[in-house]
Amino acid sequence: MNNRINQKLAEDSKVLSIYFTAGFPTLEDTRKVMLTLQNAGVDMLEIGLPFSDPLADGPTIQESSTAALKNGMSSQKLFEQLEGVRDEIHIPLIVMGYFNAMLQYGVEAFCKKCNELGIDGIIMPDLPLEIYQKEYQEIFEKYNLHNIFLITPQTSDERIRLMDEVSNSFIYMVSTASTTGSNAGFGDEQMQYFKRISKMKLKNKLVVGFGIKDQETFQQATQFTKGSIIGSAFIKHLTENGVDSIPDFVKTIR
Amino acid sequence: MKARNPYLADEAGFYGKFGGAFIPEMLYPNIENLKQQYLSIIEEESFQNKLNDLLKDYVGRPTPLYFAKRMSEKYGAKIYLKREDLCHTGAHKVNNTIGQILLAKRLGKKRIIAETGAGQHGVATATACALMGIECIIYMGAVDIKRQAPNVSRMKMLGAKVVPANSGSKTLKDATNEAIRDWISNPENTHYIIGSVVGPHPYPDLVARFQAIISKETKAQLLEKEGRENPDYVIACVGGGSNAAGLYYHYLDQEEVQIIAVEAAGKGILTTESAATTALGKEGIIHGSKTLLMQNPDGQITEPYSISAGLDYPGIGPMHAHLFESGRAKFVSITDEDAMQAGLELSKTEGIIPAIETAHAFAIFKEMKFKKDDVLVFNLSGRGDKDLQTYIDYFGF
Repeated sequence: MNNRINQKLAEDSKVLSIYFTAGFPTLEDTRKVMLTLQNAGVDMLEIGLPFSDPLADGPTIQESSTAALKNGMSSQKLFEQLEGVRDEIHIPLIVMGYFNAMLQYGVEAFCKKCNELGIDGIIMPDLPLEIYQKEYQEIFEKYNLHNIFLITPQTSDERIRLMDEVSNSFIYMVSTASTTGSNAGFGDEQMQYFKRISKMKLKNKLVVGFGIKDQETFQQATQFTKGSIIGSAFIKHLTENGVDSIPDFVKTIR
Repeated sequence: MKARNPYLADEAGFYGKFGGAFIPEMLYPNIENLKQQYLSIIEEESFQNKLNDLLKDYVGRPTPLYFAKRMSEKYGAKIYLKREDLCHTGAHKVNNTIGQILLAKRLGKKRIIAETGAGQHGVATATACALMGIECIIYMGAVDIKRQAPNVSRMKMLGAKVVPANSGSKTLKDATNEAIRDWISNPENTHYIIGSVVGPHPYPDLVARFQAIISKETKAQLLEKEGRENPDYVIACVGGGSNAAGLYYHYLDQEEVQIIAVEAAGKGILTTESAATTALGKEGIIHGSKTLLMQNPDGQITEPYSISAGLDYPGIGPMHAHLFESGRAKFVSITDEDAMQAGLELSKTEGIIPAIETAHAFAIFKEMKFKKDDVLVFNLSGRGDKDLQTYIDYFGF
């Protein structure tokens, strides 16, 4: 499999990826947020499909998800909004959500739709490796979709190697044992962890997420890795300052 | 080799197509560790000895199997009540928390978290933690904290910290989300005591094993009273389904025993205010388990409703989803109104005020007829003290 994600990862520069919640702040903001982020120089986008019970997320993303659902967001609605997205968005696109949404839409139908719209990858934190391999890997690959796995500081080397074998793009390194939006900054412990994993010389690139909020944390996170993902800090900025101020946020990162 | 019981979990934690562990990677090391160790630990002789001593002297087991003479005369069947309401803390929940606290100690954990809806599981967890001198944090929906003030005070008196869940609908499902998030953030020193047969594998199996004492005792007691181990029917209410799992456990593969599960219909399954999961739910994933759950077509989990906070859960344990799909158990849903009347009837007929959850099971007589010699065992899962205010408001005493 080779798509826009692989092409982006093959470039020299570090990758800045932004997570945003679809249908937030208002239902029809999805495309505007995407376009503004691309124009501000962001390298990759994670489109958050909101879920009522997002176990891996902290309060910021959960609140934006609740608001988006109230606005009327759904899988169906998101796919409608993404019709023709590839006419204007050229950077890699990843859909991030929870597995129940895919299950209800139909896993194959969901993947097919993503492929038609020009989506490059999927992150479902609650779809575990073993079940993915057994039941869904063929479907994802048939529709040229990368499934991105998460690892944490507690994940064993053996399991990381297994994920490295099954993946063909990047591995999402969760920076610290927490839900999204932790605000602690990175200390020695995290830096050691980033370094330790980078020394494993995996075939996949490493992209760090959870806890990146400004230039300092972005630089720390990417010192030993290919890139980093910002979610809660961006949602927070968006909530407080609105869609038009998105370029200001991106400027504070790099 | 003994054939596998088709109604219990397989190695990956599946009951038919239900169950498994649909968890974010952040939870994997904890769940995997538990999965690797729980069976060998709880089967150790020294563990069993400790557990049995505590169940006997602290919890007050065995609980009686009581022949309800006046109810039997009224309904023309032999009605037995398994008196879990006589357990310490007033419900079956403590069977599980005592088992899990011993397990947590063996795993070297120093901190316990739990979710609670009505507060019964929270109280049972806080009790077990006080007994062992272990730190205890209970997540409880902000709405439930207001509704169940006496239980909040009990937990605090037992030394637990009660943390309000302010996300979502601020009820049991959200308290569970918050407990899981806590576990994600504290992966090393913390054990999560789930209160029902829900959540990722191995929890449904683990909790069912600790509750199985209910049917183990029932078999011996019924043999003494009726000359046979197997009744014709076992009947229990199902929210997540832990008391039901305990009563059914040793009868699952005894096909002549009919299994009846009673769900909360709330204001009726045709209204938007109900918690009857098998009637209204569809296959999906909640709290790390594939099961039947109430959701909209987009897969968003919907808010359940029942007058009883303990049945107010949008899913059911995967074991029960499988019992439903396979036809092994018959599921019936009972409205608030019928449950409240059944609770009043049991109080006046037998002198036992049941929890409102439990009262749902006794409304079965509205839905089913039994033969004269049928032997029925009900799980009297909890006492009604905690529900007194609801009863008072409802009946205007």
